Amino acid sequence: MAKLNSSLKNMVLSLSLISFVASALLAAGFTLTKDPIVKAQIKQQQDAIQEVLPVKDATIGEKVEIKLDGKPDAFIIYPALIDGEFAGAAIQTYSYEGYGGKIEVMVGMDKEGKISNYTILSASETPGLGSKSSFWFKTPKGDQDIRGKNPAKDNFKVKKDGGDFDAITASTISSRAFLSSIRSAFDAFKKYNEHK
Amino acid sequence: MNRLKILFNGILKENPTFVLLIGMCPTLATTTSAINALGMGLSTAFVLTCSNIAIAALKNFIPDNVRIPAFVIIIASFVTLVQLVMEAYVPALYASLGIYIPLIVVNCLILARAEAYANKNSVLDSMFDGIGMGLGFTLALTILGGVREMLGSGSFFNMKFIGDNDGILIFVLAPGAFITLGYIIALINRLSRKKS
Repeated sequence: MAKLNSSLKNMVLSLSLISFVASALLAAGFTLTKDPIVKAQIKQQQDAIQEVLPVKDATIGEKVEIKLDGKPDAFIIYPALIDGEFAGAAIQTYSYEGYGGKIEVMVGMDKEGKISNYTILSASETPGLGSKSSFWFKTPKGDQDIRGKNPAKDNFKVKKDGGDFDAITASTISSRAFLSSIRSAFDAFKKYNEHK
Repeated sequence: MNRLKILFNGILKENPTFVLLIGMCPTLATTTSAINALGMGLSTAFVLTCSNIAIAALKNFIPDNVRIPAFVIIIASFVTLVQLVMEAYVPALYASLGIYIPLIVVNCLILARAEAYANKNSVLDSMFDGIGMGLGFTLALTILGGVREMLGSGSFFNMKFIGDNDGILIFVLAPGAFITLGYIIALINRLSRKKS
């Protein structure tokens, strides 16, 4: 077949047909991957929740969204239940003050608010600097480990700002954002406990 | 020119990254670690091979004056499919490559091969060109990512061999990408000049 010449009819026909086939393919691809994508997202979230909770093999109760004054988005509380008894919670929290914008953190607390563990859900901090927050605050070294600490008693700020924790070397802004997200999580947790 | 020669042409003689110097945006941005670089390289190689085949097959059906929009639709469709499949089955890699997956659409390597090769050659030749160029791109990115990860984070494919704080940070950051790329190109030029 010789190459089609660039007449208006040919151009419109060719582009329309290509677009039509492309959209059909994409629609098929979307339908086929829709369920696996949702499943993967749920699994990721469940894994994060189980990782940070203070207790093992807890059932996750109905999630509760908590709004705080001056914070744009809701904080999500996933209560952990052992035999129907409240045993702490995983809190999905965030801060917009990171070096690369928003960071999202899942943090676990026991009934009193003592931090059990945390994991970073998403962040765009500088690789090798701010990105170290994924393990920095759970490394038992100096004053950087936040596990076992309670925002009710300890000052969740970097030492430079008069707080109790060592900032990540050369990443004070990321450290501030991270600790601020933990403070917000605790505030949301307190509010949740009051209204329970 | 036989097909094997086309294949190796892309991997060595006309390596897209080290010799042709095209597709620099993902090359510099996603090579912070070897595994990210490999993931990016393979996704690009897949899209490139598919788009080369599709464009070579359709080349007589696409009038010259609308070839660019037609190519872009074809490329963008394959990229979206890759993105959906990745999100569904390898969510961790999808999360770490993030915005750079949709940006494969505008990787000039792919459009350049469509325009310069697939638009003029047979389906089979174009397929080999796509595989060769794609593997060349993957190889180059993995070398770059490997070197940067070793120097910057002290690990190789996430296997640590020095402590957390002892890497040469600049190699993980953007300037390190330029420096590493420059030295690798210098080395390759030196070696290839010796041969000829």
